Amino acid sequence: MANEAQANQKTDVEENKKITVMNPVGYPPKITPKPMAPRLESLDGKTLYLVDPRFDDSGLFLRQVQDWFADHMPSVTTKFVEMSSVYTKDDPKTWEMIKANGDGAIIGVGH
Amino acid sequence: MHAITIDSKYGVPTVAIHTNVFEKVVQSVTQLHGMPQARYTFVPQPVMGKTAEQLRAYVDGKSPISGRPVMQEVIEGLTRPAEGDRVKELKYERSTPRLVGADTDENLDRLFLENNWTDKLPIVFPTEKRVAEMLGHTSRKPDEVVGHMRSNQFRLHWEYTVERVAVNAVMAGARPEYFPVILALASSGVSARGSTTSSMAAMVVVNGPIRHEITMNAGTGAMAPYNHANATIGRAYGLLSQNLQGGSLPGDSYMGSQGNGYAYGTVTFAENEERSPWTPFHVQHGFKPSDSTVSIFTGCRSTAFTLGVREKYWREHVRNMLRGMDAHSAPTFLLDPIAARQYIDRGGFDTKEKLIQWVYDNALMPAGEYWDYQLIQNYIYPRATFGEEPYASKLKAAPDEMIKMFKPDEIHVVVVGGETNGYWRIMGCNYQKTVSVDEWR
Repeated sequence: MANEAQANQKTDVEENKKITVMNPVGYPPKITPKPMAPRLESLDGKTLYLVDPRFDDSGLFLRQVQDWFADHMPSVTTKFVEMSSVYTKDDPKTWEMIKANGDGAIIGVGH
Repeated sequence: MHAITIDSKYGVPTVAIHTNVFEKVVQSVTQLHGMPQARYTFVPQPVMGKTAEQLRAYVDGKSPISGRPVMQEVIEGLTRPAEGDRVKELKYERSTPRLVGADTDENLDRLFLENNWTDKLPIVFPTEKRVAEMLGHTSRKPDEVVGHMRSNQFRLHWEYTVERVAVNAVMAGARPEYFPVILALASSGVSARGSTTSSMAAMVVVNGPIRHEITMNAGTGAMAPYNHANATIGRAYGLLSQNLQGGSLPGDSYMGSQGNGYAYGTVTFAENEERSPWTPFHVQHGFKPSDSTVSIFTGCRSTAFTLGVREKYWREHVRNMLRGMDAHSAPTFLLDPIAARQYIDRGGFDTKEKLIQWVYDNALMPAGEYWDYQLIQNYIYPRATFGEEPYASKLKAAPDEMIKMFKPDEIHVVVVGGETNGYWRIMGCNYQKTVSVDEWR
């Protein structure tokens, strides 16, 4: 009986024994805050680009956004533009064009 | 991500519209890119396949996240300054501690599970002693940077050292002698836990002398859970991917809609070079036969399989298999040595390259069907419309004209299996790269 009690006690000690282990997580990147562009005072008379990332029928969706502006805010000019390639790639040429000719942008449907 | 670029880099106020299932992803990505105040709103999932009328209802409706009208949030996002300065809330000095604990086994188990540091199966605790043993099997220093990884192209890369890779190798149950293979996989920067909604998994093919040194399996059951090295190297690759890239959490940093069972252990095996009638895979990619390498493929969603290469209709059978594959993920033929030799007998393909050329010439589909696939619409059609070849030329084909589904350099052949029969399969996956194991010894 004594031996059995000792064995049980030993098991309890082992179960409660604390160990230190190593962290499996990598090192996160340093985050650099980015400024937001100044917002527009009003959309009246402004030109908005509707940017189609060409993903999962996003173009058809943006056409509905375009129709909404025509119905509810006709003073806003909307221009539909497709990204130059797949949505996974940056598209500086299109962004430059929007900057030169537009006042704001709506992109969707994002992924 | 593009909205952040247009807004912050080009100075054009921008609002992004997402589907509601991406709420956490959007919050996470905008934080990671230093613009938590970015303007966005949500519409219901899915957009794909909805009619114009249904999508107009989304536009006229309310955000399923905020309950506010979608277009009101769009207009406010373009016209109202950000409330407060959420940038200041960002934490810039995040350090990952080296140690965890001390605590009991039970509590550590719970901690690792709660932190999503495991694949939900039991792990080996990475004690300092076990990690030190792992580190003893590379000449590289523990604090040397191995590489950078991220779960998708919209996230920032995380960084990791030899020691951090070793921690994950221990957790997977790998033996220290496998460590150079695991380091080579980590150095690739290719994640086995990509966040794509398409539910990817990775496949690893090991070539060269290391296969025998660590007793990997290239024969019977090579792709199944019957070999310690195959199993734990693949598992280590998955664990290190999720932990070293900053996580793989459903709804946040993992968006695979259905998930992928291949991701449990990653499909990891050695090529059966000894029984193959052809050049080993790594030699095809510029290495010497005496080099040890790992080759990484991603995708592994679609498979087709059959038995043997029949004398009369083998061409039709293979064409049927190819047409049944996902048209966006190229075919990698995984051939038992019996099937490989049958391909030589039937088609005269005395090199892998000749078989690849035949597959390229015979993986055909009517252009109308090809371009209508949603994956082709998402990933190939945009490139075609802006002149990228060979897609631009394919786009000129009439709807009923047969066009090639793949490019020849996307098609691959690997020999694996134990010749218990001539079964073989096609894995739909994209070859990423081949990495030297020897450099990590």
